[in-house]
Amino acid sequence: MAYKPKKPLLPGFGLSLGYTLVYLCLIVLIPLAAVFLRTMELDWQTFWHVVTTPRVVATYKLTFGASLIAALINMVFGLLTAWVLVRYPFPGKKILDALVDLPFALPTAVAGISLTAIYAPNGWIGHWLEPHGIKVAFTPLGVVVALTFIGLPFVVRTVQPVLEDFSAEAEEAAASLGANRWQTFYKIILPAIWPALLTGFSLAFARAVGEYGSVIFIAGNMPMISEITPLMIITKLEQYDYAGATAIAVVMLVISFLLLLLINFLQWWSSHRHGGQR
Amino acid sequence: MQGTQFQQYHGKVASKRATSEPTWVRWGLIGITVAFLGLFLLVPLAAVFTEALRKGWSVYLAAITEADALSAMKLTLIASLVAVPLNLVFGVAAAWAITKFEFRGKNFLITLIDLPFAVSPVIAGLIFVLIFGLQGWFGEWLIDHDLKVVFAVPGIVLATIFVTFPFVARELIPLMQAQGKEEEEAALVLGASGWKMLWHVTLPNVKWGLIYGVILTNARAMGEFGAVSVVSGHIRGLTNTMPLHVEILYNEYNYAAAFAVASLLTLLALVTLVLKTYVEWQASRDAASIEKEVTA
Repeated sequence: MAYKPKKPLLPGFGLSLGYTLVYLCLIVLIPLAAVFLRTMELDWQTFWHVVTTPRVVATYKLTFGASLIAALINMVFGLLTAWVLVRYPFPGKKILDALVDLPFALPTAVAGISLTAIYAPNGWIGHWLEPHGIKVAFTPLGVVVALTFIGLPFVVRTVQPVLEDFSAEAEEAAASLGANRWQTFYKIILPAIWPALLTGFSLAFARAVGEYGSVIFIAGNMPMISEITPLMIITKLEQYDYAGATAIAVVMLVISFLLLLLINFLQWWSSHRHGGQR
Repeated sequence: MQGTQFQQYHGKVASKRATSEPTWVRWGLIGITVAFLGLFLLVPLAAVFTEALRKGWSVYLAAITEADALSAMKLTLIASLVAVPLNLVFGVAAAWAITKFEFRGKNFLITLIDLPFAVSPVIAGLIFVLIFGLQGWFGEWLIDHDLKVVFAVPGIVLATIFVTFPFVARELIPLMQAQGKEEEEAALVLGASGWKMLWHVTLPNVKWGLIYGVILTNARAMGEFGAVSVVSGHIRGLTNTMPLHVEILYNEYNYAAAFAVASLLTLLALVTLVLKTYVEWQASRDAASIEKEVTA
């Protein structure tokens, strides 16, 4: 009598999970493992020598330095853009909102040659900067410009939904307690969007570190000055120095994985806080 | 009566003033944002088309109808036509397993699916060279059997699949998570088979997410540069995709032709953005109409 109709178990668990795992292994995991296994063929001293050559170290400095600056620029302007797009009505807003994703949709090589054309000494913006002694194209500054373009959508798209969900009540309460606008922003709004802001920042940073296509055209690629790490890998490959290329790739992969872990943690933190507030 | 109305009105204005910025601040912020987006988005867009048409329409048309350009377009299409369906099937399978069942290591699996986004495109190309290249694991075997992967079309396709791997799964997982599994269970109780349920219940429910994922996958597949560049070998007319063709023309100082081909890719990006906006709009409209039905 106490028979309760059991809910049917949905079918296809074995098939879908099995397929997922096989495909994941074939396309992603085994190929990535190849990089680590190939590095094992090097002994530690050779590995260390390859990844700490001054020319390679210079590429780390440029790659991480320029990525950091670009991600910071995007953090500030991304927050501003998200704020303006969520809160203020103005003509042309919908088009701008859609255009924010352009760096995701535009092939990086196209972005690279276009930015180079603009910032070259005879380009639209370059010829304004040239007389003031500011050189963008073919310098590290050009790398920052390209990486800012590439990372532009990340902060906007992570902060935008949080700002949209943000309840007006908290702001009204702050205002009625005598806070001015700046205090309300700084003490009420900013803490609420902070996790999203950090997530967007790290996504932009992670993307910038690995970026290749848009940078190589504008960077000029001078050894010790404007070479990025991904280009170093290509250079080694072109010299058939597979071991060297693999060693540098491992350094980059380890850093990328650490960044991915950090991003996952930030997203977990963000959803945790977001859920807790409701 | 009038008094309360006035108070309500007055209260509204006051609260609006307290939770909004003065007009000059507002327009200042809008101005800075428009200037920033204009500088970083609109100017590069305009530059592509201006440079492409600098030498006139005839040069433009010649550049995009030249044999090498056409074969580059063909290869780009092939890579995308293989990568998109494969990653679409994978995305549906992964989202099905992850959102409809409980199992250990689920979060870890989601992180693994995201991996290709964290890997530099150059490394994505390198891994296939390490496996299938001359000095690679299967290098000798491939030579013995007269097969070519790296510096040939299969390598380009593989690299494209790798870099676009997570897009569909990533769109579908949160969507299917939010939808739960009641509808599928109802379909089964009513006697539908597993495939029927997938086809008539699950897929229509995630239609917009699916299309969204396909649009993003396709845009990335057609535009990928770094990964494809490593495995391509840059053989004109044979292993050149459109982005690689742009690079070759550019490095030969043939700027007008380079920007002409680039302008096609830019148009593709703009179409992608329009479709994306349309799909988002449709999805939010559907969501709103469902909410209306529920409250009615």
